[in-house]
Amino acid sequence: MDPITLAVIRGSLEQIADEMDATLERMAFSPVISDGFDRASGIYAANDGAVIVQGPRGLPNFICVMQHTVRSTIAHFNEPAEGDVYIVNDPYLGGTHLMDVKLIKPFFYRNKLAFYLANSGHWPDIGGRVPGGFSTKATEVFQEGLRLPPLKLMDDGRLNQAVVDVILHNVRVPGERQGDIIAQVASLNLGADRLTALLDRYGEATVFEVVSELELRSEKMMRKHISTIPDGCYAFDEYMDSDGVDWRPLHIRLEMTVDGDSVHIDLSESSPACRGPLNSVLSTTMAGVFIAFKHFFPDVPINRGCFKPFSFNIPSTTFLHALPPRPVSGCAAEVCQRMIDAVLGAMSQALPDRCYAGPMGTVTNLSVGGDDPERGYFVFYSFIGGGYGGNYLTDGLTNGNPTIAVARTQALEIFESRYPVLFETYALREDSGGPGCRRGGFGVVLQFMLRRGEASASLLGDRGRFRPFGVLGGKPGRPAEHTFTLRGKAYRPPHITKDEGVHMVEGDRLRLETPGGGGHGAPDSRSDEAVLEDVRRGYYRREAAEADYGIVIRPDVLEIDRSATTRLRNSRTRTDP
Amino acid sequence: MSRIAGVDIGGTFTDILILDDSGPHLIVRKVPTTPDDPSRGLIEGIGALGQADRGIELVIHGTTVATNAVLERKGGRCGLIATRGFRDILELRRRDRPHLYGLTGTYEPLVPRDRRLEVAERISAEGEVLVPLDEDEVLSCAEKLTVERVDAIVISFINAYANPIHERRAKSLIENRYPEIYVVASAEVLPLIREFERTSTAVVNAYVQPVVSRYLANLERSMERRGYSTHLLVMQSNGGMIPAGEAGRYAVQTVLSGPAAGVIAATATAAENEVRNLIAYDMGGTSLDVSLVTDGVPVQADGTELDFGIPILLSMVDIQTVGAGGGSIARIDDGGILQVGPESAGADPGPASYGRGGRLPTLTDANLMLGRINPEYPIGGREGFSFDLPKARVALEEHVARPLGLSAEEAARAVVAVSNNRIAGSLRRISIDRGRDPGDFTLFAFGGSGPLLAGFLMDELGIPRGLVPYQPGIASAWGCAIADVKRDYVTMVNRRLDDLDETEVRRIFDDDQSRGNAFLKQVALPLSHIHLLREADIAYEGQTHVIRTPLPDNDTSPERIATRFRASYLRRYGSAHSGFGRLEALLDGIPVRLLNLRTTIIGVRKHRSLGSMLTPPATTLEQAYKGSRDVWVEDAFVACPTYERSRIPWGTELSGPAVIEQSDTTVWLDPFLRASVLDGGTFLVESNRRTHSRQR
Repeated sequence: MDPITLAVIRGSLEQIADEMDATLERMAFSPVISDGFDRASGIYAANDGAVIVQGPRGLPNFICVMQHTVRSTIAHFNEPAEGDVYIVNDPYLGGTHLMDVKLIKPFFYRNKLAFYLANSGHWPDIGGRVPGGFSTKATEVFQEGLRLPPLKLMDDGRLNQAVVDVILHNVRVPGERQGDIIAQVASLNLGADRLTALLDRYGEATVFEVVSELELRSEKMMRKHISTIPDGCYAFDEYMDSDGVDWRPLHIRLEMTVDGDSVHIDLSESSPACRGPLNSVLSTTMAGVFIAFKHFFPDVPINRGCFKPFSFNIPSTTFLHALPPRPVSGCAAEVCQRMIDAVLGAMSQALPDRCYAGPMGTVTNLSVGGDDPERGYFVFYSFIGGGYGGNYLTDGLTNGNPTIAVARTQALEIFESRYPVLFETYALREDSGGPGCRRGGFGVVLQFMLRRGEASASLLGDRGRFRPFGVLGGKPGRPAEHTFTLRGKAYRPPHITKDEGVHMVEGDRLRLETPGGGGHGAPDSRSDEAVLEDVRRGYYRREAAEADYGIVIRPDVLEIDRSATTRLRNSRTRTDP
Repeated sequence: MSRIAGVDIGGTFTDILILDDSGPHLIVRKVPTTPDDPSRGLIEGIGALGQADRGIELVIHGTTVATNAVLERKGGRCGLIATRGFRDILELRRRDRPHLYGLTGTYEPLVPRDRRLEVAERISAEGEVLVPLDEDEVLSCAEKLTVERVDAIVISFINAYANPIHERRAKSLIENRYPEIYVVASAEVLPLIREFERTSTAVVNAYVQPVVSRYLANLERSMERRGYSTHLLVMQSNGGMIPAGEAGRYAVQTVLSGPAAGVIAATATAAENEVRNLIAYDMGGTSLDVSLVTDGVPVQADGTELDFGIPILLSMVDIQTVGAGGGSIARIDDGGILQVGPESAGADPGPASYGRGGRLPTLTDANLMLGRINPEYPIGGREGFSFDLPKARVALEEHVARPLGLSAEEAARAVVAVSNNRIAGSLRRISIDRGRDPGDFTLFAFGGSGPLLAGFLMDELGIPRGLVPYQPGIASAWGCAIADVKRDYVTMVNRRLDDLDETEVRRIFDDDQSRGNAFLKQVALPLSHIHLLREADIAYEGQTHVIRTPLPDNDTSPERIATRFRASYLRRYGSAHSGFGRLEALLDGIPVRLLNLRTTIIGVRKHRSLGSMLTPPATTLEQAYKGSRDVWVEDAFVACPTYERSRIPWGTELSGPAVIEQSDTTVWLDPFLRASVLDGGTFLVESNRRTHSRQR
């Protein structure tokens, strides 16, 4: 293969997917797409829907999900025609949760099916028992919202009004969803135009040749990276607080076997399927593994090839391989992050010189729906960041976004201008970063009050019981703590991080405190000056510096008290065997 | 005698350009930048002009002082006073991470947490006072910060955009007590919603202010000492200039002013040749800056991110930077695919062929191998400093040719092709992102490395014509010299169109206009006329991304605004590609929201054309001919004529293949191109063949 043509066509394919993402993001009505970048676009194989290229700035969560969606969708349509556009959001057909709506378009070149183009966009609402779709008490997918099997949204270039009507009659704020449909279609059309130009320029045969070559290259790259990991079986246990319905933890038992240049992931010892919405569909569980590997090896381009070195054992008896009608709204946001954490944990044993401590591992989805006496019905949906783990290069980042996402939070002032909420605190959560030579990043405190009317609040988060882990002697970060103040009384959700339908009236409050990241390396190997600086900035209280780092700081001048520090350390050495 | 100096202080060189209306003539000097105090290089450079420094009335100046202060974290020592509960807004950002993949990296805010304090006060989103300002607390915070020896204090309160009364009061309390401290209130810098971006913009302003003010004061003093009675003006990132005093107060406006001046020069040079729609790109050693000009006006952006977690929201020339330059390094990735950039060898050690210890092959090395750059021509016009061709060959052989099984020449060709293609992709992406088809534009190539790939880009992007200015290396200085006086005003409205009060809109526009006129009066420069631009940021209800919609006439009725918005929207998203198909009608049911009103007032100065300032060369094309050199074309070396640019007479035509050399760049004329030399020496480049791009 001519190296110039290879490099040039590869760049052009990636560019097309990137332009599709850009168009979708700018035209979207869903703020989750336009501000949160919760979207992905790509080009997929005509025969089996395998991913050929996906936009480099697309949401990581969709790394391997989209090809599963495309694959199951094309199985539904025996005779794809030019001008067709399909719509689907069924999680079990290779998806995530119902809010991620995918559009798929067969792409014809000179009257022959050449590729599929597809995109996914997170809609802020898809119907169901709670606004926003994150119901923590749902026990069946039917309660979570409208579930669309693969349907023809467009037929011969014409909109299928019946499908649109069904959708718009089942979602909240239908007008804006109409706008999202337009944005998603426009993005596919743009991709089709650009792909036609590419094929005109280089010819079908060459482009197909490049596509297969790129698969080989990605596979080769991934295998090369994997072979830098010492052979062996690395096991790691991670847990989720509960499924929101039954109060018992969900256990992820990850056994990762590295053998030369391939990896086998076994999750068969994990918890069984659960009643609440913390089940994960297969494609999302697998996505967690691939995202984690991308966080170690960012340079591998995403296509069919990079998945080849991996094999999986994820029985459908576990909560990590959900079958209908298990509820799944927590899978993309929460379970997928815990899957990543489990891989990070296993990798800390496999690659100790380039590992990460556990990040906050939760999105903390909050939706508050209610009636504002001044402005009427509203739905306020938000999510919050937390601390990343200390790592082989730096301290952990404070208020990072989820490891599965690139979404930013919206401005508090925008929320206040739209909804009857008044924020009282938005602050770095002191003492929350796990102590370590490179400490964890800090979580966040967010507190608001309902200003008017009544509302119903739902919360879907995690990491209230099981803290972000430390590595190489580093300590864990602090877990999440969420507290309502309802008519003057404190109320803590029985499931700590998950609740639904909490009735709030004017003057009631919610305070969310998100986890800090775990620490990397033993805390006493952190430099005294760095700990002192942390205390000066108020990241840690003096008491925490003393307890966690063995450093005594004088309260009056904020300087290290050397003699007291030595005394403290000596006493510890004596007591520690 | 009336002389004007345009000065651009870059990282390596300070470019000084003096234009003399009475001449008419033009003097250009390139002197080394003096990073410890950039004003020194400037003053010495002007001084070295001898007689020419007499009678300089205006010095207009683009500077990277502010940008560098942020990037190198060398700004002033600042404190911040926030609403109780919100001092960490600056540190929390909007929840993000530095890299999409990989979880390393951390964030250092420009004001550390121990210098961020809180006071009791609260204003609602509607602008009502919920908690009155605790004035004692304001003063005790200010006292604590003075103990910390701060240069500046930023006041940033929640919802100050809706009602700035508390910010103003706090500011005046502190100013009265501590007159030596510079106090910035967030809403006076940016009266818009979004607490993080507003705080960040105000903090950047305070952070760079001491550095910029000190620098400008030094400069004014030195000029006085030398006896210049000169008016000092500073370029802003919006492409207009303001008096130095104003620049000191709103220092954040001066970030990225050098590149903005380059776009002004491109716009003006194109306008002289009746070209009003441009894709301008400035390619240097490490990066490439792209901007669009439509209808003779540089496209404006609402802001930029200076560094991870440091956004500023300001009206500015929309300049997108791509990591591609002459120093971009070529390498083979783990999958065996050739990649060029974005890593750069920079100026030090620079490309392998600089012979300064760089061993990795770069784009410049590849161009040298292919004969497109003359190895004998001194770099940057500096004597005794030329290229080392064998070093370029060794680097290319070792890092590209051998791993790919190619000859060194094929490897060089591959490097150029991959890099060119990446750049073409970026240009297309940038145009499409702005709803434009590159084929509707003229390409404007400048910077040291830019004119080498103009032909490729025209061919690839379906662009019919290109312009290459006579001295592409001094564009920014020229842009400074001819820039207009400019000021932007923005007011938040945030109403649905069906709820819009037309008289309110008129009142805002009228206020802006009188403020603008007062500003121009105060600047007191001779102007040919005043130009007023009115725009509104509009979106369909629910959308995040607004469309800046021009409102050129006096009709500000909601119906008229809606019509204009719809037209802008469809042009933006509908015509650059197949767009909505038949879905357009769906848009009609969606309400439209007007977020902000914007006014730009421009004091247009007397028109000066570069061509009229230059003396045409008295030489013939034969005298410009330097000989023939083997240059790689398609798949073989071909003997190509080479010319010295400064000797090519105006009005002649050249056809490719040809290489045109000059001290600050090289123009490569592909075989399918012809160039007409316009007055002023600008090349108009046109293609002889249908281009590859079949779009439209």
